[in-house]
Amino acid sequence: MIITRYCSINPEQVSVNKTILLKNPDSDKKNLLKTLYRHLYIQYPKFFKMDPLSKLAFLSAEILLRDMNVTTRYPSEEIGMILLNSTSSLETDEKHQESINDRGNYFPSPSVFVYTLPNIMAGEIAIRHKIKGENAVIIREKPDVQTIFQLVDELFSRKRVSCCIAGWVESYHDRLSSCLMLIENEEMAKTYIEPEEIIIFDPSNIERIFKEVLLDGRTDGKA
Amino acid sequence: MEELTEKLKKEIIEVLNLEDIKPEDIDVDAPLFGDGLGLDSIDALELIVLLEKNYSIKIEDPKEGRKIFTSVRTMANFILEHQKK
Repeated sequence: MIITRYCSINPEQVSVNKTILLKNPDSDKKNLLKTLYRHLYIQYPKFFKMDPLSKLAFLSAEILLRDMNVTTRYPSEEIGMILLNSTSSLETDEKHQESINDRGNYFPSPSVFVYTLPNIMAGEIAIRHKIKGENAVIIREKPDVQTIFQLVDELFSRKRVSCCIAGWVESYHDRLSSCLMLIENEEMAKTYIEPEEIIIFDPSNIERIFKEVLLDGRTDGKA
Repeated sequence: MEELTEKLKKEIIEVLNLEDIKPEDIDVDAPLFGDGLGLDSIDALELIVLLEKNYSIKIEDPKEGRKIFTSVRTMANFILEHQKK
């Protein structure tokens, strides 16, 4: 298994591998997500209906998969996803809760309610990129290297996937932080990756990438 | 009527997060679903909530929504008829 690309979004910068795409995009989370959407020249009106967590996951996947042609190189059923975060969909859960607190002013929003599950972010990525492989969203206090490694390794070992998106996507009020990796089977990856660019998917490299892009290893996304 | 359709356009844009769409971009007779604004089933539910919250009109049968939400004009007509009652 080889990490063929990784990317990150945080309030300080947006990067892919070691290249910075955007420096200090915006300190306001809402503006940052919108700025990045425009910067990437995406035409996907449904983006604006998503909650912040799904927007962050969507944009992260957009950067990760751009021009990688994964769906032409792999059957869509063999592309999986393992995403982690610590606050689940709590920000949207709270927004929904606020709309139902007052029985006299009880107007829950259907479009808010549909995002009160963290795995919706995986669904949004799957819909956008037509990915149909196994996926899971796991809640962990911190970006858990072992969990990511074991779950992805298990999917590859059982031959359930040939390619997998994995990483950390966290959004809670002013916190925002993501780091996604694209993991491909060695045979395919070596056909287009230069030998010196090969990053083996193992716990030490996952940890190194997290430390490199998650604001010196911090996971709260606060600059 | 025109005042109501303009108000509705603004409310629809706000509740459905229709970024990049201005009230003047919405034709009062254009279909809201399908080819028009491309709304989906969740948007339909959101419009039902909008009528209840902003106009105190409760749609008991969601099937009614198909006729009511054909366009901004049909929505406005439905509100006016309902308010006369």
